[in-house]
Amino acid sequence: MAMDTASRVVLIGGSAGGLQAILTLLPGLSPRLNAAVIIVLHRQSSADSVLAELLAVKTSLPVREAEEKEALLPGAIYIAPGDYHLLVETDHTLSLDYSEKVNFSRPSIDVTFSSAVGVFGAKTMAVLLSGANGDGVEGLGDVHEAGGITIVQDPDTAVVDFMPRHAIQAVPVDHVLVAADMASFINNFAGLMVG
Amino acid sequence: MNRNHISEQEVSMLLNDVLERYGYDFTEYAHASINRRVNHLFQLDRFPSFAEFRYRIIADAGYALRFVEEITVNVTEMFRDPQFYYMLRQQVLPVLATYPLIRIWHAGCSTGEEVYSFAILLKEANLLHKSVIYATDINTSVLEKGRTGIFPLSQMQQYSRNYMEAGGLHDFSSYYTANYEYAKFRQDLGEKIIFSPHNLVTDGSFNEFQLIICRNVLIYFNKTLQDKVLRLFGDSLEPLGFLALGSKESLNFTSVSGQFRQVDSKEKIWRKHHL
Ligand SMILES: C[S@@+](CC[C@H](N)C(=O)[O-])C[C@H]1O[C@@H](n2cnc3c(N)ncnc32)[C@H](O)[C@@H]1O
Repeated sequence: MAMDTASRVVLIGGSAGGLQAILTLLPGLSPRLNAAVIIVLHRQSSADSVLAELLAVKTSLPVREAEEKEALLPGAIYIAPGDYHLLVETDHTLSLDYSEKVNFSRPSIDVTFSSAVGVFGAKTMAVLLSGANGDGVEGLGDVHEAGGITIVQDPDTAVVDFMPRHAIQAVPVDHVLVAADMASFINNFAGLMVG
Repeated sequence: MNRNHISEQEVSMLLNDVLERYGYDFTEYAHASINRRVNHLFQLDRFPSFAEFRYRIIADAGYALRFVEEITVNVTEMFRDPQFYYMLRQQVLPVLATYPLIRIWHAGCSTGEEVYSFAILLKEANLLHKSVIYATDINTSVLEKGRTGIFPLSQMQQYSRNYMEAGGLHDFSSYYTANYEYAKFRQDLGEKIIFSPHNLVTDGSFNEFQLIICRNVLIYFNKTLQDKVLRLFGDSLEPLGFLALGSKESLNFTSVSGQFRQVDSKEKIWRKHHL
């Protein structure tokens, strides 16, 4: 029997210093999280199953590098692979796209945020973390417009504060949080799977 | 700031128009990428409304061609995924060397960077002289660029690094002459390459090959179309021929998986069984 796809999505985007924040927030995620989590992290090397392994030890939720045509399942964490943009289809499956970089980035946070919120609408939560780049700000704006929830890492606690500061100026942000406080907001938004 | 002016339904209408009027079939492409491209083009060309956009596509064949060229993604690089080229060199070239005439098909070759990369491998294995390389794409303007063998000079540093990582034997710059912003690749590399239009959706098999390379094209197709195109590749390969895909593409869970076995656990290179 095919499993039901996720009805809610949590998007997490980060650039320089973002990894640190993700490692901090992951352990707090509920093992029965009733949403799919998509992580878009800028990084140097594209040959990296390493990232998935690094994150997997911090949570009991399954973590994997996204495959094309893969269905978004609740309680699973998907990482945008290096050097591809990650898009969401209306049937809640994932697509990969090797098109031009956006904001000098591939994967681009904006691309995934905008695509995902186009499908999940108000059932989207987007979290923008530390970074030195403006990527993600526009996508965060799209999430806000669609009625989703926007969270930005507290710039004073971000390793690189440019991205979160820029986001707070440009977009109505629902919550400005330190990384350690993010998991409970995500858990509340997602709800828990029954059984 | 709602930038998505064109809905998925409207995109479907346009794709149907393009199919009916011009015979280009994008209806079985994955939607998310096409939607993004169509919306981007709509913004870029500043149409006041969907109606005007649609009218232009239907009424103006020249514009329809632009539409086709803009919604296909033509990004490419030389020696992208150096490990992949390294594996081709190690595992595939020695087998190809045993054939008197080597026939290769690069499907969805875009502007040809990948094709020139492979021609360099063949050259270094002393096989280029007995090879024919068919380089095809749906988009005729990228083929035009490929024929020139001229690529932006600004990329060469990166390509040179990739080339070395792929096990390159020489100084990468010995393969081109630099001229202002451009690098023109050596004539002898291009001599065995035939650039020609071919649409994987509607055109059939046109030869039998020992190697088909089709990278980062299948990710744009839905499952049904992927299966169809993979069958086309299966039919276009000699027994024991090789099929090479992009680093995030796979034959697993497709209709042809039974006919192939993966050559290496990591790189996306398969070999067709006997029969
Ligand atoms: C992202 S590029 C990949 C280029 C190169 N193979 C690489 O991986 O670097 C995808 C190419 O597929 C081509 N393409 C898309 N649909 C096609 C079709 N139906 N038939 C042939 N080529 C197609 C596009 O025009 C584009 O040049």
